[in-house]
Amino acid sequence: MKRHDADKTALFARRKRFNRLAIALSMGAMLFGLFWLAWILWETVSIGLSSLSVAMLTESMPPPDEAIGTGGLANAMMGSFMMVALATFVGTPIGILSGVYLAEYDPNGKLSASVRFVNDLLLSAPSIIIGLFVYALIVVQFKEFSGWAGAAALALIVIPITIRTTENVLALVPDGLREAAYALGTPKWKVITRITLVAARAGVLTGILLAVARISGETAPLLFTALNNQFWQASLSGPLANLPVTILQFAMSPYENWQQLAWGGVFLITLAVLGLNVLARALSREKLK
Amino acid sequence: MMPSGAEKLAPPAPSKIAVRNLNFYYGKFLALKGINLDIPANRVTAFIGPSGCGKSTLLRTFNRMFELYPDQRAEGEILLDGENLLASKQDVALIRARIGMVFQKPTPFPMSIFENIAFGVRLFEKLSRIDMEERVQWALRKAAIWNEVKDKLHMNGASLSGGQQQRLCIARCIAIKPELLLLDEPCSALDPISTARVEDLIAELKNDYTVVMVTHNMQQAARVSDCTAYMYLGELIEFGETEQMFLKPERRETEDYITGRFG
Repeated sequence: MKRHDADKTALFARRKRFNRLAIALSMGAMLFGLFWLAWILWETVSIGLSSLSVAMLTESMPPPDEAIGTGGLANAMMGSFMMVALATFVGTPIGILSGVYLAEYDPNGKLSASVRFVNDLLLSAPSIIIGLFVYALIVVQFKEFSGWAGAAALALIVIPITIRTTENVLALVPDGLREAAYALGTPKWKVITRITLVAARAGVLTGILLAVARISGETAPLLFTALNNQFWQASLSGPLANLPVTILQFAMSPYENWQQLAWGGVFLITLAVLGLNVLARALSREKLK
Repeated sequence: MMPSGAEKLAPPAPSKIAVRNLNFYYGKFLALKGINLDIPANRVTAFIGPSGCGKSTLLRTFNRMFELYPDQRAEGEILLDGENLLASKQDVALIRARIGMVFQKPTPFPMSIFENIAFGVRLFEKLSRIDMEERVQWALRKAAIWNEVKDKLHMNGASLSGGQQQRLCIARCIAIKPELLLLDEPCSALDPISTARVEDLIAELKNDYTVVMVTHNMQQAARVSDCTAYMYLGELIEFGETEQMFLKPERRETEDYITGRFG
């Protein structure tokens, strides 16, 4: 009996040591990741904040080599906003409807299986490929870079994300709820629009917000489509200014005023993406209540 | 004077639901084997039996719920007031409107308490606002939950307790005035107090409706049902008056199950 107890004590001591080791390793891994993230955020915020000014938010891009503090990114912000808004407006309904088809109409079918496979490919496709595709399809066709082409490229990124999240959150709606609705004699379209989509709305919205966050920072698809533009423009035809490509050009330039503005743009995008993520998180928390 | 033999010709007491030679398949698996059963109107009929014996499956054929799943199918006849539901050309939604169903887990819809009730009513009737309010109140009263929710009709149905949610679901069923109520283990997720309330409610409901319930709880079957069907491995072993079944079952298997000497 005693011997048995001694064995047990040794066993537990060993488990405790192993537990401490495992905790130490995973804490270390987490700290390593967080360290770089915190550094990136720190640099972005500290340098970005110092370049923030009223002119940056209200004026259009300055010529190179001007005095620091003149000119801003207003035209790029406007361009980015227009393209992201249009891409979301076009991509979201397509994504939601496709997700509804996959989850509600044909969850186990062959067509759904292939759509899911292709969608996964699209999800992980490098965005530069999508940019090139839209370049060949629209820019070459109309012989002009344009905001329209940029919005199309961004929409192609929004669609697979929305399809995936919509399908996933609809699949989480318990079958019991569906059955209860059908048992009342509810027609299918009403079960979907009034019951399952409503039950999953927080998740669907979260997916949309994350898609918006993702495309507001995409650079590659815009390089071949919207290009850039130094002047204020409130229409989508013709080359259109936007934050990501501007950051790329300005940061690579030798002019100090441009570099400064690039940091400001980085700060703005970080802030927007952070805000969208916080909002998405708040919404999904709401769902749990 | 009635001619002699007239009594023989007179039809038997009307059954609300008559099941004839019903076979049911999950894919290739035969889950119900040649079920024949007459469920009397305005009575509570309970299905009992061990898990997997097919009692829920049988219940779910009555409103063709199985049709939601492509690999499930039924053959045979289910006559609701003489009309074969399985062969009916009628829209399945119209059939389901005549048959209410309450599930094991409460399933409030993601909308207000008021809308939970009004949603179903609106599917089939166009009521004025006042008539609708009246109907909602009537259903909630009938389900013995009105006093608990009358001051918070605008609140989300999910904010209620489990027992209240279940009574809300019963109210939702009643509100569309079905002829038949199917209850699939309606109390299995409820505490004893809520269970007692739902049982009282069931006893009350049989005045207006025919009730069929699946239950795992033998005492519950004994307490609330008029007729009991014992099922085992997809077959109907015995069906009769509840008192008869519990005091003096005809079949040995039934007695073994009821007295707990099963398996």
